[in-house]
Amino acid sequence: MKNKYSIFALIKNSLSYHENWQRAWRDPEPKSQYDAVIVGGGGHGLATAYYLAKEHNLKNIAVLEKGWIGGGNTGRNTTIIRSNYLWDASAGLYDHALKIWENLSQELNYNVMFSQRGVMNLAHNQHDVRELKRRTHANRLNGIDCEWLDVEQVKKFCPIINCSPNIRYPVMGSTLQRRAGTARHDAVAWGYARGADAMGVDIIQNCEVKEIRRKGDSVEGIETTKGFIKTQKIGVVAAGHSSLIANMAGLRLPLESKPLQALVSEPIKPIINTVVMSNAVHAYVSQSDKGELVIGAGTDSYISYTQKGTHEIIEGTLKAILELYPIFSRLRMLRQWGGVVDICPDASPLITKTSIKGLYFNCGWGTGGFKATPGSGHLFAHTIAKDEPHTLNAAFNINRFVSGDLVDEHGAAAVAH
Amino acid sequence: MFIIKCPYCGERDHSEFSYGGEAHLIRPKQPTELSDDQWAEYLFMRKNIKGLQYERWNHSHGCRRWFNAARDTSNDKIHYVYKIGEKPTK
Repeated sequence: MKNKYSIFALIKNSLSYHENWQRAWRDPEPKSQYDAVIVGGGGHGLATAYYLAKEHNLKNIAVLEKGWIGGGNTGRNTTIIRSNYLWDASAGLYDHALKIWENLSQELNYNVMFSQRGVMNLAHNQHDVRELKRRTHANRLNGIDCEWLDVEQVKKFCPIINCSPNIRYPVMGSTLQRRAGTARHDAVAWGYARGADAMGVDIIQNCEVKEIRRKGDSVEGIETTKGFIKTQKIGVVAAGHSSLIANMAGLRLPLESKPLQALVSEPIKPIINTVVMSNAVHAYVSQSDKGELVIGAGTDSYISYTQKGTHEIIEGTLKAILELYPIFSRLRMLRQWGGVVDICPDASPLITKTSIKGLYFNCGWGTGGFKATPGSGHLFAHTIAKDEPHTLNAAFNINRFVSGDLVDEHGAAAVAH
Repeated sequence: MFIIKCPYCGERDHSEFSYGGEAHLIRPKQPTELSDDQWAEYLFMRKNIKGLQYERWNHSHGCRRWFNAARDTSNDKIHYVYKIGEKPTK
């Protein structure tokens, strides 16, 4: 059993200069056979393994990660967590995740620094006002907290927003979800990794999948850079690289992988008390506990696996940021980076079985998967263990692209990239 | 950021261009004959290639003409461009 993290453990370890902390997870070599193999050691994949072990009593599980855990989009996003989605299916999915977030640090005995500082979505024109009011009502009907703020209230809640009517895209109001907020992204991956490892899950880093071996219509195992692993169940949580894994099994997915960028400023004293998103001018910003402004930019239009993105996207975002927050005009930006996001045509994810028995996909989270990490892992574990979806992810199956029953969150609650 | 060589105008910054997605997708000749599966395949399923991809671009802030490019999506290097109606050379 792992040492429990607590104030007493902290004091005890301080006596030995913090040199004797136990490793948070092992570094095992792969076994030749597992009951289930998760491909992708990001937050979603590690959460999947954690809930498979915890709630479905599967103990012989491996998580394969090409690089290091949490090094993909889990470590590259802007850490915004919210559940104010328009459609019923999305509301159910994302609020399920938000409810798990609310107790996650306690459950994992790992501080994920979940901070319910609220998320605002600004309206800049009459259409935005109508859409966001509609969404406020839709959220409330689904039992999700959401309020409409007029311009006065916006100014009061977040004083640094430029609410002048004379700017190019004036602020005309905002929604506010008070239960929403941010968390520490790395801690989520590490907390789930530690929790899964404690239940016997093998987390195998630097292990790339080369081939998915099939026997008729079922999976037989995985060929990896560390040898062949036999398994009956494979859960793929590979984000931007999902299509590549699907190709190995002869499947096609409705995904396009594009670069999405973010950047942080030099650290400053606390200045912004919440998360502010603006879909219309494409700027969103919050402040990390270190004091850096965390700014999310948009995707590039073309498919690319470069984890870079173009300068003009950043330029556009910073123009909008400066107009909304003139107070930031002399801040310097410290770092900029990109991640490869897999976008579905309806901007909703896939948590789904496939036509191949024992092969499951959890992908298509596009530009907003971090917020769903705990719920996504929880529901995907259910789907893998029971070989059928949970009611909350039934709508997010791949057959919706055949039936036409899409969950169209593009321009609704997803940021319109 | 990369440079794209428009076959009509020459080399320009990519910000002058609009991306048009995977090239050589052929619209079904007899739409009424198609099953839902085939429609899904045509409308939604994509190769999403990591490597050399054939794709369409429009020089939207230039000559406004469409053309194709063979670009490596793993490093954004454009190997060559070719006109609409032409086949890729490899």
